[in-house]
Amino acid sequence: MASEPQGGLTEYIQHHLNHMTVNFSADHFWFWNLRADSIIISFVLGAAFCLWFWLYARKATSGVPSKGQALVELAIEFVDTQVKDTFHGDRRTVTPLALSIFMWVFLMNAMDLLPVDLAGWLVHVFAGDEVAHHTYFRMVPTADINTTVGLSVAVLFIVIGHGIKAKGGFGFGKELLTAPFHASNPIAKLILVIPNFLLNVVETLSKPVSLAMRLFGNMYGGELVFMLIAGLMVSWISFVPGVVFNTAWAIFHILIIALQAFIFMMLTIVYIATAREHH
Amino acid sequence: MEINMTFLGQMISFAILVWFTTKFIWPQLNGAIEERQKKVAEGLAAAERARAELKDADAKVAIEIKQARQQSTEIIDRAQAQANQIIEKARAEAIDEINRLKASAQDEIASMAQRAREQLREQVGALAVKGAEKIVQREIDPAAHKALLDQLAAEI
Repeated sequence: MASEPQGGLTEYIQHHLNHMTVNFSADHFWFWNLRADSIIISFVLGAAFCLWFWLYARKATSGVPSKGQALVELAIEFVDTQVKDTFHGDRRTVTPLALSIFMWVFLMNAMDLLPVDLAGWLVHVFAGDEVAHHTYFRMVPTADINTTVGLSVAVLFIVIGHGIKAKGGFGFGKELLTAPFHASNPIAKLILVIPNFLLNVVETLSKPVSLAMRLFGNMYGGELVFMLIAGLMVSWISFVPGVVFNTAWAIFHILIIALQAFIFMMLTIVYIATAREHH
Repeated sequence: MEINMTFLGQMISFAILVWFTTKFIWPQLNGAIEERQKKVAEGLAAAERARAELKDADAKVAIEIKQARQQSTEIIDRAQAQANQIIEKARAEAIDEINRLKASAQDEIASMAQRAREQLREQVGALAVKGAEKIVQREIDPAAHKALLDQLAAEI
């Protein structure tokens, strides 16, 4: 912690970038590391979202809605409008998907607004100094690349699924080999199979990578800036500027939180819409 | 920047979340929203219909009022004509009655005059006889003529 005698800003930040890691395998191979903090926070937030919306969905009335229902409906209609504008087809599975992505990513991003030392402080208060010294806990699941990659790979599967559903297994495979370069001549077609396939693989893989990296980069960077600003509060001289910067960055970050959730949702819808198009 | 098992865990979490939303959240809320949209649309249509109906009813009422007014003036006119007629008839009857009464009165007057004239003639006759008597008395023996004179007096 910053107040500890041996800690400088670098150590403070490095400390805060450590995940709470659990490894269940015998040989402790790195792949079997499980970041418990990301899993727990994201699961709690997902459950909170489900509970919140489900409570209103359960007693949803088509009459005069309560304010809580109106808020939930506002979110749903916002997402549905975006889906309707981009995706022209059966929205029964696409809008729930977009809604889940938007709300979940939004809530996970919003964890960035909690004080960076909150988790450490709670552990300190409830478990004591000794435990706090080697317990790591990061509050923002989307600042963990595993979360964003997990989301984007799941989205990739869904996008491919939509492509296969729209064109059939054969049509999807054929398009993989014959688009975007078209030829009428069979030999030319055969030659173009390789570049077509390579291009399609790159195009397909670039989608989850860009989705995951964009979200991860934004949230990781945001968290890092919060940590740097928190470092300012160590001395009384820089305390006031620290508070000012912290407030300013938090307000700006509200925009990023909502914007990144929206972008992730929007791109997912766009990918699904493109996957269903015939070339 | 270490990709590990967490990534699989997050994928599973995400799958559960999407499944839950698709199954338990979206259909109910979207159903409620769509039903409300339908209700509102129906309400607006009903209001529009009611407005048109009101306009029709207003026009109908205006026509009815006009007709009623026309009818009432007709009735008044007719009543007035009838009253005039009754008055005319009464006046004619009254005039007739007057004429009749006048005629009967005149007849009576005439008959009474006739009678008076006859009475007068009789009395003149008696007076003439009496006068004649007075003149004739001296030459006529009252005793001789007494029976005749008595008969005359009885006659008068």
